[in-house]
Amino acid sequence: MTGFTKPAGFAMLAFALPFLLLATGARAADAERGKALYQQCKRCHQAGRGAKHRIGPHLNDLFGRRAGSLPDFRYSSAMRKAGAGGLIWTDESLDAFVANPRKTVPRSRMSYDGMAAAGDRADLVAWLRSLSGSRLPAAEPTMTAAEYGLDPRLLTIAGDIEYGAYLGSECVTCHHADGAQQGIPSIVGWPVEDFVITLQAYKHGKRPHEAMQTIAKRLSDEEIASLAAYFARPADGP
Amino acid sequence: MAKKKNENRGMSRRRFLASTAATSAALWASPILGQGRPRVVVIGGGAGGATAARYIAKDSKGAIDVTLVEPSRHYYSCFFSNLYLGGFRTFASIGHTYGTLASAYGINVVHDWAVSVDRGKKTVGLAGGGSLAYDRLVLSPGIDFREGSVRGWDLSQQNRMPHAYKAGSQTQLLKAQVAAMRQGGVYCMVAPPNPFRCPPGPYERISMVAHTLKQSNPTAKILIVDPKPKFSKQGLFEEGWQRHYPGMIERVGPDFGGDKVEVRPGSMEVVIDGEVTKVDVCNVIPAQQAGRIAAVAGVTNDAGWAPVVPHTMQSRADENIHVLGDASQQGDMPKSGFSANSQAKVCAMAVRGALTGSKVFPARFRNTCWSLIATDDGVKVGANYQATDEKIASTGGFISKTGESAEVRKATYEESLGWYAAFSKDLFG
Repeated sequence: MTGFTKPAGFAMLAFALPFLLLATGARAADAERGKALYQQCKRCHQAGRGAKHRIGPHLNDLFGRRAGSLPDFRYSSAMRKAGAGGLIWTDESLDAFVANPRKTVPRSRMSYDGMAAAGDRADLVAWLRSLSGSRLPAAEPTMTAAEYGLDPRLLTIAGDIEYGAYLGSECVTCHHADGAQQGIPSIVGWPVEDFVITLQAYKHGKRPHEAMQTIAKRLSDEEIASLAAYFARPADGP
Repeated sequence: MAKKKNENRGMSRRRFLASTAATSAALWASPILGQGRPRVVVIGGGAGGATAARYIAKDSKGAIDVTLVEPSRHYYSCFFSNLYLGGFRTFASIGHTYGTLASAYGINVVHDWAVSVDRGKKTVGLAGGGSLAYDRLVLSPGIDFREGSVRGWDLSQQNRMPHAYKAGSQTQLLKAQVAAMRQGGVYCMVAPPNPFRCPPGPYERISMVAHTLKQSNPTAKILIVDPKPKFSKQGLFEEGWQRHYPGMIERVGPDFGGDKVEVRPGSMEVVIDGEVTKVDVCNVIPAQQAGRIAAVAGVTNDAGWAPVVPHTMQSRADENIHVLGDASQQGDMPKSGFSANSQAKVCAMAVRGALTGSKVFPARFRNTCWSLIATDDGVKVGANYQATDEKIASTGGFISKTGESAEVRKATYEESLGWYAAFSKDLFG
């Protein structure tokens, strides 16, 4: 198996390198710099040894994979359709997707406006390319209670899904109930912990956004847990 | 082979007979499909009514019979209708239909006018002659205009001096009039007194008309005749007008006679405190009151609005009637589509609780309201509200700041686009 994938990988690299050199004005892509740029992606995507799916799928072994094809991640139907329609992750397709996710895969759930500079994208893609095989650096968590100075006990509160459904009717006034991302981030299908940490961070003024801060401020810890439980369930639509 | 087929037929027939019997038994026993199914009639298919109908039908899973009475087959939203005036949206993009509410949620959509309410018999009379019985009635009729509130104007003049404050053909007419204005002409808006639908609406409209004129008719002037000393998001609008449309917009407040206005549709004149001004377009937004059916049902007060119990949105005059949105008098919430949608969810929960015994959680309300001042220059205001025995009371909110960066304003505008898309789905499925 490895005997087949390795030459294929080399062939793709050989093809990709001249392309990258052209794209970045004859500058070699810098994977270390790409790792730093990944901090923008880190809130949703884990990468490295032991990486798990969080708000978004993990980013290991991405190259040559069909988009939306990992069996244990709940993709948007837009992403699954893009994969079924032939979208394979390569230097070029990742460059295009990272440049403008909403244009490349409309109605996907990824809440990211895009990375404008071609050189940045080349560095990021070079780093993503390094995330394959067995010798990976350990994955970092997407978010932790500690980084926002939150009490970790907040993550152990059990939510009431029925209450979450009622409270959540306020959220879907702006956030698409089917998880589509359009100017306002998708909040459907998140891991419970990430949802709780995010809302608690808003509640305590540690994430910027006045509308979200005023909304989160009046939510009790139990209410936040209930919302997290409700929105963690599979999305109804795309 | 043949024998087996026969056996199969016999089996399936027996099974068929058995299942029919079971179904009929279920029909009799279950309140879900029998005549005992509680009935909710919703009058008005806007932000309040469509949301209430959809949430009651969706969350009761068929246990409640929901009828939505709405005369129009196509709903054009007031929210974002200013963006159509400014050329940022097509007319079609603010149009919605009721097909999904009927097909996916089983709501009985009746395109007719509700003309009477018999609160004793609990029936609603329709202009077409029909009658609908209800266990709970939800009124969400929006606004009507107060006759005589602007001297010289009545509904018969709405083609000459459009209000464009119920979106639809009036909005198209106003846009056409702005496009046809002579170079250097005057667009006049007679702004409404409080309380009225969409507090920032008139001023967002001014921004959008200015945006259009700046391109097509840069020497044109805009005159606002305003009976109010101040208005929603005033600092933000005035900052934006200075930045994007310097010298174009003049506002006459009550200190200079903005509250003493008369219009003359025949000669296209506006008389402010006795002084006559000739204008080219005159957008008259009169004083407002609850949509007529609320008064017909006898649930309005002297001011023309329908007082409600904040915890459930029930009328103070009749516990079997709920009133939502612009028509209600509830306290601190602005009359907005967002507010109506928020109130509708509280109402839907209360109605289900009363009719099917489902769980009722404490009421909570929210409003957020975006306005566009110029390309990529969006601002917003928002607040939380809670029910007290006396009124729906504000518990704090936020507003965009003057002097914000272009990035923040652009993100705010993009947020509003996302909101419109999600909100439309929340209303119409």
